[in-house]
Amino acid sequence: MAKGVKPRVKVPKTASAGETITIKTLISHKMESGQRKDSDGNAIPRSIINRFTADFNGENVIDVTLEPAVSTNPYFQFDSVVPESGDFKFTWYDDDGSVYEETKSIKVG
Amino acid sequence: MKLTRRNMIAISSGAAVVASFGAMPAFASLADDAIAEITGGAEMGEGALTITAPEIAENGNTVPISFDAPGAVMVALFADGNPTPKVASFKFGKLSPSHSASTRIRLAGTQNVVAVAQMEDGSFQKTQANIKVTIGGCGG
Repeated sequence: MAKGVKPRVKVPKTASAGETITIKTLISHKMESGQRKDSDGNAIPRSIINRFTADFNGENVIDVTLEPAVSTNPYFQFDSVVPESGDFKFTWYDDDGSVYEETKSIKVG
Repeated sequence: MKLTRRNMIAISSGAAVVASFGAMPAFASLADDAIAEITGGAEMGEGALTITAPEIAENGNTVPISFDAPGAVMVALFADGNPTPKVASFKFGKLSPSHSASTRIRLAGTQNVVAVAQMEDGSFQKTQANIKVTIGGCGG
């Protein structure tokens, strides 16, 4: 597991039914591209997050496939409709098999 | 033929021209291949898809890119000057209203960023933006 991986997500706490909200996500990850070389000229092996998904109550909102060309600390901003109260679940999949998860609740009131 | 100085210059400059021509389309075709992998060589329309990107990026390590593709089910981003042209692909679910997203990408140098969108009816849309990069983002 890569060190110091910390997901951060910004979701509004409340919304009205059917409202479109903006979600911002960031995860600290070095996203080693596999193109760089260390001081001895050896290639540094690739180590990136290769997939990110966001779901609301089990319904998919966005599913992103990442390649090495995505920057360090991958950041995504996107919109979602909120039909009812529930949980947003965010999942990041690492090259090394680790899975990082974050859940945020939102209330419709 | 005797190898005089004049001949040597003629030969070497000729070789340099061939080498530079040989290298340029190689990058472009890498991106084209990657795009064809997704579209299957289908015709691509234009208009429904827009990319927002800076004209000049100081630092190629983090270039903010956002796109807006109403009616798209999938959007893929490509950078035609990167060693690996694929950047990311986004699939949108039912709860996504606007089919737009922003992220930050790495660019090796001044180049075009191409977005290809698959629409709900199965057709494809394409658009591109040229970005000038002051410092490339590929390490070294």
